[in-house]
Amino acid sequence: MKVRVKFSKYGIMKFIGHLDVMRYFQKAIRRAGIDIVYTEGLSPHMVMSFASPLGVGLTSDAEYMDIEIKTPVTSAEAIAALNRVGVEGIQVTGFYQIPEGKANKAMTLVAAADYTLRFRKGYEPKLDWQSGISHFFAQKSITVMKKTKKSEKEVDIRPMIYEMSVNAGTVFMKLSSGSVANLKPELVMDAYLATLGIEPEPFAYEIHRCEVYADMGTEGRRNLVPLDRLGEEIL
Amino acid sequence: MRKLALSDEILLKVEKPARYIGGEVNSVMKEKEKIAIRFAMCFPDVYEIGMSHLGIQILYDMFNRREDVWCERVYSPWVDLDKVMREEHIPLFALESQDPVKEFDFLGITLQYEMCYTNILQVLDLSGIPLMAAERGEDCPIVIGGGPCAYNPEPLADFFDMFYIGEGETVYDPLLDLYKECKAAGASRAEFLKRAAQIPGIYVPSLYEVSYKEDGTIASFVPTEEGVPAVVQKQVEMDVTHAPYPESPVVPFIKVTQDRVVLEIQRGCIRGCRFCQAGMLYRPTRERSLDVLKTHAYRMLKNTGHEEISLSSLSSSDYSDLEGIVTFLIDEFREQNINISLPSLRIDAFSLDVMSKVQDVRKSSLTFAPEAGSQRLRDVINKGLTKAVILDGADQAFHGGWNKVKLYFMLGLPTETEEDRKAIAHLANDIAVKYYEIPKDKRNGKCQITVSTSFFVPKPFTPFQWASMHYPGDYLGFAKTVNHEIKEMLNQKSIRYNWHQADVTLLEGVFARGDRRISRVILEAYRMGALYDAWTEYWNYDRWLQAFDRCGVDMDFYTVRERDLDEIFPWDFIDIGVTKAFLKREWETAHKETVTPNCRMKCSGCGAARYKGGVCVEARN
Repeated sequence: MKVRVKFSKYGIMKFIGHLDVMRYFQKAIRRAGIDIVYTEGLSPHMVMSFASPLGVGLTSDAEYMDIEIKTPVTSAEAIAALNRVGVEGIQVTGFYQIPEGKANKAMTLVAAADYTLRFRKGYEPKLDWQSGISHFFAQKSITVMKKTKKSEKEVDIRPMIYEMSVNAGTVFMKLSSGSVANLKPELVMDAYLATLGIEPEPFAYEIHRCEVYADMGTEGRRNLVPLDRLGEEIL
Repeated sequence: MRKLALSDEILLKVEKPARYIGGEVNSVMKEKEKIAIRFAMCFPDVYEIGMSHLGIQILYDMFNRREDVWCERVYSPWVDLDKVMREEHIPLFALESQDPVKEFDFLGITLQYEMCYTNILQVLDLSGIPLMAAERGEDCPIVIGGGPCAYNPEPLADFFDMFYIGEGETVYDPLLDLYKECKAAGASRAEFLKRAAQIPGIYVPSLYEVSYKEDGTIASFVPTEEGVPAVVQKQVEMDVTHAPYPESPVVPFIKVTQDRVVLEIQRGCIRGCRFCQAGMLYRPTRERSLDVLKTHAYRMLKNTGHEEISLSSLSSSDYSDLEGIVTFLIDEFREQNINISLPSLRIDAFSLDVMSKVQDVRKSSLTFAPEAGSQRLRDVINKGLTKAVILDGADQAFHGGWNKVKLYFMLGLPTETEEDRKAIAHLANDIAVKYYEIPKDKRNGKCQITVSTSFFVPKPFTPFQWASMHYPGDYLGFAKTVNHEIKEMLNQKSIRYNWHQADVTLLEGVFARGDRRISRVILEAYRMGALYDAWTEYWNYDRWLQAFDRCGVDMDFYTVRERDLDEIFPWDFIDIGVTKAFLKREWETAHKETVTPNCRMKCSGCGAARYKGGVCVEARN
């Protein structure tokens, strides 16, 4: 049975990188006694894949991991078991059965994500930085220099920004995410601050991922659905 | 939520912030208001190394079983954070509470290898604790050292308030109870130290005075106060089966060196190799019962979620029910995809059979540790392994499908000659010959023999404690001889050779057999920037030479000097059960190139029988 696990990552766990979160779950699944499927071969490993790695320093309410289990378990039991053997900073919030097939893998589906961004205490710009955001978002195109592994190139990021607004010092962004077009919230904020003539400082932002979406739309019309909505609770 | 000692900015700036945040699965949190004694347990190296150490996990678990004690962990900050902490005046903290170490009642530091000594000063320094024990006030934690290097604590005497000589399971309760009593009564630090010195196994260096002869050797080593014992007795846990064992060890977030469940099957070793300090220190050999090991294995795997379990002991093949434990592990855990790791097994039909079940034969390699190339020298060091046994083991392994062999040797052993060193190359070649005797269609390509040599360091409480060392240039010459001879071999293309740095060996030798006069050299080197000496990238021999020079301490006195049979050694005030008379006898037997039988074959009267347990009371066949 294919299962999608949703969890939040907060507190000290923001310092734990993606690969170590994976190791964390491998051990937590053993402690919780969840009967997970292993790959065949000489060095078997758990069948487990993550929707979209979260960078070190970010927190999240919507991390997704797909696994495959042998012995069925109810969502409520599995969530309780994983949290009982867990640590502060990782909270499992959902456990859903998902349809079989590669096309349904979280990793393949990811199309967008919601983020909130705040300035870390002491890093907030002195001048009014909030009122310009709606104008920034209203632009037809926003070109930035995007660094790749090999070079830097000019990219128009505006088509990848689906929403952007600010409320009492917290910036909300809905951005394109996943393998097709991935846009990081810090890059958007850097580009915005640049229009105000502000050079972004390192560690200035506190970024939180709120949700991750699949695009279920047809004929080029976007229809973003949170990844957990594509599964069924196991009763 | 716990508040961290370091800011987000610092944690996001340094390498592997997970080293400093605590909060791991099975780490122990308590309410500090309800705690009488706060104990900071430190491994003076980086987190990934320190977290891999079984001894600290045992003590951490044992201390935290007491309701009145909260034991927390401390490791050396890596060089990047070290710099930040010094610049920003951030005091060193314990992982669990994130509180400064200075606020604790005890700072316990485990002494696992000599090259961590400057890291001890780093830990004290960053904690804001005066480096010299004599300068510590009533507000400072009691700094206590333990572990193998505490069996010659003298080079560190100036930095520690006390040392614990022996196995941790034994006298910590009386020590902690005494501390509580003294604290409640408002007794001074000096008063507590004096009373602690009367607990068997506790050594308080400030209560002893050393005088030296004109030639620099020790004239006398005596307590300065009444009631302080002249001889400190090693403490031994005689009931290892029922001794506390951590059933829920801490599970690190990041990958550490020993990322698995470790099952200590026995303590001590019956073999009596004459270079081996552990083989003497942990006598008598004591086994844990199979039933208890099974329970530990189940619970530890369940509580950690680790995917691997490993046996730990000095020589697993000597465990009397090895087959029982290995069969159990394979039968119970292979199905659950748990890897089973079986280090320190002697190569024979049984071990090859089980190893073929738990590992991929084509990828894994077999390990032999003949330690010396020639039979003559193996007899000198009392390594019972013969050439016939090695070749036979290799032959069986090659027929079983293995084609990689690792061989470990030491160079610079007592009585070693050019011929002995060349014999290393000959043995490696003979093993390769065995491989190529197998018909081409039945073997698996070429064979790969890796020869590694380290340089021998004479250690206290071994028969070789009287041995002289060599100069760095000599050591490199020894390695060159081996390298050159390997190149002369017919099968040289199948043999790879690695050797170690020579200069670190010298310093290890000085610390291993040093006396109190070495403390100031360590301090000087630390002041000059020495840190993480065990890490090649931070090792700087010239700096150490300069430190010796500035302190007017002659390295040669500790390394190349010939020691008289009746010399008083700095560690002679410790009684490990094994007598100096036995060690002397073994030193002489070594020179006669005669082997001493192991403890199961025949008791050789080393003295450990006075502990009345373990192998000493087993029926012998």
